[in-house]
Amino acid sequence: MLTIADRDGAASVAPSATQAAEVAGSSIDFEDVTVSYGGTVVLDRFSLSVAPGEILALIGPSGSGKTTALRAVAGFVRPASGRIRIGEQDITDIPPYARGLGMVVQNYALFPHMRVDQNVAFGLRAQNADPALIATRVGECLELVGMSSFARRYPAQLSGGQQQRVAIARALAIRPRVLLLDEPLSALDAQIRRNMVEELGRLHRDLPNLTVLYVTHDQSEALTLADRIAILRDGRLNAFGPSRSLYQAPTSRFAAEFLGRANLLPVTVSQLDADGVLARVRLGEHSLSVRCELQLAPGHGCLLCIRPHALRLADLPTGNGFRATVETALWQGDTQNVTLRVEGVALNLTVSPSQAMPERGSAVWVDFAPHEATLIADEPAHG
Amino acid sequence: MAETTTAPRPVVATHGLWVVLPFAILCAAFLYPLFLIALQAVTGPDGALSLAQPLRVLTTPAFWRAFLNTIEIAVSASAGCVGLGLGLAILLSFVPFPGSRTAARLIETFVALPTFLVALAFTFLYGSAGILNETATTALGLAHPPVDFLYSRWGVVLAEVTVYTPFALRPLLAAFSLIDAAQIEVASSLGAKPLRILRQVILPAALPALLAGGSLCLLLTVNEFGVVLFIGAKGVITLPLMIYDKAIQEFDYPSACVVAVVNVALSLGLFSAYRLIVARIGGRHAGVV
Repeated sequence: MLTIADRDGAASVAPSATQAAEVAGSSIDFEDVTVSYGGTVVLDRFSLSVAPGEILALIGPSGSGKTTALRAVAGFVRPASGRIRIGEQDITDIPPYARGLGMVVQNYALFPHMRVDQNVAFGLRAQNADPALIATRVGECLELVGMSSFARRYPAQLSGGQQQRVAIARALAIRPRVLLLDEPLSALDAQIRRNMVEELGRLHRDLPNLTVLYVTHDQSEALTLADRIAILRDGRLNAFGPSRSLYQAPTSRFAAEFLGRANLLPVTVSQLDADGVLARVRLGEHSLSVRCELQLAPGHGCLLCIRPHALRLADLPTGNGFRATVETALWQGDTQNVTLRVEGVALNLTVSPSQAMPERGSAVWVDFAPHEATLIADEPAHG
Repeated sequence: MAETTTAPRPVVATHGLWVVLPFAILCAAFLYPLFLIALQAVTGPDGALSLAQPLRVLTTPAFWRAFLNTIEIAVSASAGCVGLGLGLAILLSFVPFPGSRTAARLIETFVALPTFLVALAFTFLYGSAGILNETATTALGLAHPPVDFLYSRWGVVLAEVTVYTPFALRPLLAAFSLIDAAQIEVASSLGAKPLRILRQVILPAALPALLAGGSLCLLLTVNEFGVVLFIGAKGVITLPLMIYDKAIQEFDYPSACVVAVVNVALSLGLFSAYRLIVARIGGRHAGVV
């Protein structure tokens, strides 16, 4: 499992073996879960395991079933078939109030007639917790999200970002085994969203045992926060893996296009290296070397996937490149986006704003490192 | 550089004039007759202003019985309307069942019916010769009708509850439809069971609607005339019925006017209290008080 600590290089906060045992009850397992609304299947034999203490992002386009999957864990939709487990416990037939999960939704859903502290205390009161414990826990949770000084305010007196912090504090106050986040930042503007992504990351570093299922349509949020990402399409799991590797080596065309920008060039395999790590492919008259994780044979057609930032402009031919024509070059402040055409296919690359802008219509050499590109099976493009 | 100034456009002070005509109509059609009633109430037989007439009427036991009857019936019926309306609204909004929308529409149609019609229907159902008593006496061989509540104040209350419950139900259904379903779901995920959610999430959100519906019922039942007249409950005289008796049956217009003034004052007092409560509760719920 790739943990936050692995990502950030902060080994000291990685869950220890003891901690792992403590949090073993917080894994989430979907086992062949199917959910349908009035005959329409929205989640189709969906299986997925979320490890204890990890952040797993469920992403996908509208109607892909990601929110349905989260709501099935929360208990608000009942699977037509399949089981859902948290730890060792089968929760499929347990009512939502007995599942012990925290949930944060897009519009915060704070109770407008309750003050901030009353909102945060709601779950503890519902569980008939001791008043002294409630007071302590409310204070801790508000401090955790930096909202201690707003305890006596009403939700209507808070900004969107503040309301979202309160919603998170409210969900955490009951010490949930699992935190379900349903597009929690989508109602916020871009700057606050960026700040909140950082805060959520910090929050999880403070609570490393908390398992988080994070539904979003924003791939940058998923890449920033999640240990692993599951991409859904039409109610099915399309791709799944650690965030970094799924981004660098997407396993499908859909995953490549949905998770960031991708250049997809049709190529033919000409040769496989003996170790099976690299392959030589032909792109028109060019022979290129690229990482290959598919079972392919020479002569097989597939797609070469290269991220825009992995391509480099070169003045002269290099060992692993091709010649392309510049169509447009746009300066975008902190980057330049260049559109090229090669073998009839348009592709994008990003270069530093300090680099000289290529002339429109000029021919340039483009190269890339073999390990920064990958081969994926050809399939119809999505929607 | 020479400055050029643009003269401000003349503002025609017409913004107050448009209210004159509606206000004049209001005065002629409503306030003036009310003024005449109030004037009649405090005018002695010699045409001079006098408090003798109001004091005479207001110190009679009959007036106080009618006053207390009115309050008792109105409060009981309003409580019944709110309770029944709340139960129905919760059922129709949160416990969906096949035909729930049709049921809601059917209940709402009661608003369109004349109030006395319900009293009449009650007579056919629960009257001494009504369906219920006929069936019971025939089936059980009883000498007297077993159901005998209709001609008491509780018969009036039941009829008024039937008539006015939709007035409490409608605002509650509207308020419930506006409650964010996510709030209910989040409350549930936090461990709250349905009753707690109802008590702490749904009802506070619907409180202004509950008060509005309840107050409307109170106003309507305080002034209810048709139901009380048609039920004909023994000894159940309310203020509107007393006005009718004094004016139509006894031709005692001055006394009728005194009672009418009290009735209007009662209605206006209730309405003011309602506005005050809604303003305070509404403000608090908006999180600004």
